[in-house]
Amino acid sequence: MISVKEIVEKLHLEAVSSTRSLDRPVAGGYASDLLSCVMKGAKKDDIWITLQSHVNVIAVASLIGLAAVIMTEGNRPDQETLNRAESEGVTLLLTPRTTYTVVGALNELGIKGNP
Amino acid sequence: MIPPLIMEQARRLGLSMIAITDHNTCDNVEAVIEASEGTGVHVLPGMELQSREEVHLLCLFDTVLQCHEWQEVVSRKLPPLSNKEEIFGAQFVVDATGEFVGAEERLLAASADMGLEEVVAEVHSRGGMVIPAHVDRPSFSLLANLGFVPESLDVEALEVTRQFTPMTGLERWPQLKSWCLIVDGDAHRLHEMQNRTLFKIAAPRVEEIHLALKGEQGRAVVVDWPGPSQIS
Repeated sequence: MISVKEIVEKLHLEAVSSTRSLDRPVAGGYASDLLSCVMKGAKKDDIWITLQSHVNVIAVASLIGLAAVIMTEGNRPDQETLNRAESEGVTLLLTPRTTYTVVGALNELGIKGNP
Repeated sequence: MIPPLIMEQARRLGLSMIAITDHNTCDNVEAVIEASEGTGVHVLPGMELQSREEVHLLCLFDTVLQCHEWQEVVSRKLPPLSNKEEIFGAQFVVDATGEFVGAEERLLAASADMGLEEVVAEVHSRGGMVIPAHVDRPSFSLLANLGFVPESLDVEALEVTRQFTPMTGLERWPQLKSWCLIVDGDAHRLHEMQNRTLFKIAAPRVEEIHLALKGEQGRAVVVDWPGPSQIS
């Protein structure tokens, strides 16, 4: 299984929190900007791609046990969100690229969505 | 929804306070306030702001000046897109009689580049108040977009749609049990105006509404909840 670290390197992502758990394996991928949907649709050990950067993202990622979260289109978490991510052990990865582009690249790496 | 008809409908419904909250603008507020003169209906100037998270937030103020100053902040945070009337509808500005004054050409159906908490803090600093709008809606709402109410959110109440019933709503979102909920019309048409939220307050002012939502100093808010068969 591919690790968060390999994804960070291949997609040139900026890891901004909980960078010590980058060896974590990624089981699958999920993309949505509606957190209510993520709570229903994403699975443990998935990587979640979103342009939301609100602090609730951390709670959702922690609740589900996601491997990492990629925030797209240059959206950056504020300090409160970063602090929460650090304390909850949630890995946040940033990119200026769009969700579409990132999802495409992840697919090429063999990371599939839930059927 | 032109100002004289809004006032007529408010009178029919027995409303003594309404708020004008157009999407990301308050350009029609003064016209409705003017139309309300002599009617006994108080008009709160306001706006329904769409935040960066695409969450709709009611921003209410005491004065038109406060509201316009807020609009200036919001305007700078909107994307520079033009409205497309055939898709988003015309964005009319009218006078107190409902006569056409102009049309806003900038697209108002967009998100202001401000985070939820940033909006709340800014509106508070200007003497206004924020109530997250129609939180039970499947889109543009706090619960749909952000999953749950953030624990540190500095607001006193949440607005639910007129279709919301405590029986099913509180079961689906148990978190709402600890919140003061109010029902507004979110009226885009006259017949959608509601008269189901009663504020027991000394004056139609933001400060008083705050007290009512918190249930302090003898102020209170009472909502008329429908039974399952009475939803319109």
